[in-house]
Amino acid sequence: MGQIEWAMWANEQALAAGLILLTGGIVGVAGQFKDWQFAAYGIDGESLIDICLLEYPRGKRKNKGTSIDRMGQRYLTICVKAFGPLTRNYFVRAGLHAVLSIPGGFMLPTVLGCVCVAIASLIYLLAAIRGEQWEPIMPQVESKQRPGESMKEPPSNPPPRPPRRAPEETARGCCICQPHSHLCQLCLRAPPRGQCDQGFAQSNNCCRL
Amino acid sequence: MGNWVVNHGLSALILVVWMGINIFIFVYFYLFYDLGPQFFYTRHLLGPALAWARAPAAVLNFNCLLILLPVCRNLLSFIRGSCACFRRSMRKQLDKNLSFHKLVAYMIGLMTAVHTIAHLLNLEWLNNSRQGDYDNLSTELSEIGDHSNETFLNPIRSPSMTPSYVAFTTIAGITGVIITLSLILIITSSMEVIRRSYYEVFWYTHHLFIIFFAGLVFHGAGRIVRSQTKDSMYEHNVTYCKDRPLDWGKIQECPMPQFAGGAPGTWMWVLGPMVLYVFERILRLYRSLQKVILRKTVIHPSNVLELQMQKKNFSMEVGQYVFLNCPSISQLEWHPFTMTSAPEEDFFSVHIRSMGDWTRDLISKVKWILKGEKGEFHAHGEIAVDGPFGTASEDVFDYEVSMLVGCGIGVTPFASILKSIWYKFKESNQKLRTKKIYFYWLCRETHAFEWFADLLHSLEGEMEERGMLNFLSYKLFLTGWDHSHAAHVMVHFDKDTDVVTGLKQKTHYGRPNWEKEFEDIRNAHPTSTVGVFLCGPQALGKTLESCCARYSDVDPRKARFYFNKENF
Repeated sequence: MGQIEWAMWANEQALAAGLILLTGGIVGVAGQFKDWQFAAYGIDGESLIDICLLEYPRGKRKNKGTSIDRMGQRYLTICVKAFGPLTRNYFVRAGLHAVLSIPGGFMLPTVLGCVCVAIASLIYLLAAIRGEQWEPIMPQVESKQRPGESMKEPPSNPPPRPPRRAPEETARGCCICQPHSHLCQLCLRAPPRGQCDQGFAQSNNCCRL
Repeated sequence: MGNWVVNHGLSALILVVWMGINIFIFVYFYLFYDLGPQFFYTRHLLGPALAWARAPAAVLNFNCLLILLPVCRNLLSFIRGSCACFRRSMRKQLDKNLSFHKLVAYMIGLMTAVHTIAHLLNLEWLNNSRQGDYDNLSTELSEIGDHSNETFLNPIRSPSMTPSYVAFTTIAGITGVIITLSLILIITSSMEVIRRSYYEVFWYTHHLFIIFFAGLVFHGAGRIVRSQTKDSMYEHNVTYCKDRPLDWGKIQECPMPQFAGGAPGTWMWVLGPMVLYVFERILRLYRSLQKVILRKTVIHPSNVLELQMQKKNFSMEVGQYVFLNCPSISQLEWHPFTMTSAPEEDFFSVHIRSMGDWTRDLISKVKWILKGEKGEFHAHGEIAVDGPFGTASEDVFDYEVSMLVGCGIGVTPFASILKSIWYKFKESNQKLRTKKIYFYWLCRETHAFEWFADLLHSLEGEMEERGMLNFLSYKLFLTGWDHSHAAHVMVHFDKDTDVVTGLKQKTHYGRPNWEKEFEDIRNAHPTSTVGVFLCGPQALGKTLESCCARYSDVDPRKARFYFNKENF
């Protein structure tokens, strides 16, 4: 079992435990059990906010390449990441879960959730002892395929090609000139602002046909 | 519509029957507990939660019976073998045993949730009744059993108990908590993410099912669901007496009602499958203790280990898999590997890639031994083998035309199939109905599959010798190409053999256009039944399945495509 990242299992367990605690809390409140205030705590304070939101974003796997993220976890990843070392460190998470599980033990519907959270806390402790950390899965930026080093950028203008002008001489593009090329394709010069070299009035076009 | 019926009809039927039985059991037991007169007083204390707890319990009994059956591999192989006369589509259902196991597990999880919630409510209301929070009838009912000669209805015998105390001091309560906890741990470690990445965690945690079944059998032993006895119902007229709880025992029409607990019934459901499963494990153990002779070990390029083994009374079919165990690496771990040899050969072989802890250790161990003694080593008793276990590849000879699609590591069963088909073809074996094979090999890179390219190379050579190049046509698709690849290929375009694999067929780049492939095959074989076999990712399976459905004709005289998927 050398290569396992315990945090992954702890994460699944904690998420399931949070949901169980939530269910137990709802049963306790809906059934108007004695000590239902503990159940209300189970729903409001703990399971929803801390466990489910904290655990929902899956962490990145250190060893292997693919990390499968849960649906819609991107926004929560940003929130969880914002807490920095508090959420990154698994000792903190283990302690947090251990403390948060205690109130669940006071009434029967939430007892199961309490034990499950405690188990998740133990697995997190194991993960922390082994030095694991929570890394956010950030969306991949698509890197453009760059052609090989030997291939140069093909020229963007047909010949003849006058030398490139300084940037301040570039004019607005027109339908004849390429928008991002600073030379008009007809007169092959950078037209001054407002008026084409050929004397045509310029709105979008440099040299109007 | 016809294509869907052909491809999925039997699975759908099985699912409908299973769901139908579940619904029937649920409704039957719900009504039994909700309307049964012997539960009148119990219902007064518990309300509808009694029926809502007992109905899922019955469904749980049924599903816990079912869940052990799909994982008895040897039993399934036995059924498969004895069903040889049955239609192919019926035997295909046995491939989906793991899917069925998961489905039943989901149902168990759901019913456990309903059952537990209902019992939580029950315990709370029983407790409140005991403390006299409700009406006179409830208090009176709860107090029955305090004096001698009385049989209790409310299992909470003292007003000072809390539901938590009761839960942890009754057999039903404590077993319930333990088995629910085991179930939760089993389910969280069986999530796809954990299972595919860390098989060992999944496998070891799954053995908590032993605790689950043990607790399940004893769960009802406390007999805390009480009903009025037959004799008591005869003497004590409920309709009349329910309004006079304070007169019970004092007037003649209403003696104290007597109650008894329901006998535990779960053992009757699960005992059979548990015995079958124990037999299964014993059989696996026995088979694994048989001596395995390591005939040859070869380390192929890219760290692929080939083990050629022999075992007494071992007979295999194509595409089957075995479980390997190496006690010196790990006593308890068994890992499945598809066999890559043909049944016609006098040995069986597996090709092992370094994918995780166990495989890495095995390969390094073999390398270490090989370095020590130059050449091959014959170490007996180092490896234990259990199997073989069957999969759908046994059907590949039944089709006139076969389309075999192997993705990446999924190409391994096809090594066995191709070898076997070639042997059968050479011997003109009557069992072989296949006239033409189309083989598609998709992989990101040929790294780690050079041994398979060698196999194709040798097959190519033999076919050319006999002038039978038309029998097998294969296409290799490299899906992970880049500009350097393309440049290399462009330079060597005119060469006879492929520059990457050395085979006569050129390598294609990118993914196959399945529409075109199916179209071509349909045009080439307009009246045949084509079997499509895939060993690869699910996404591709869906694509192929939909292509099969689309290009199949409902008319049995025209071309029809049947889809078969391997799963590991």
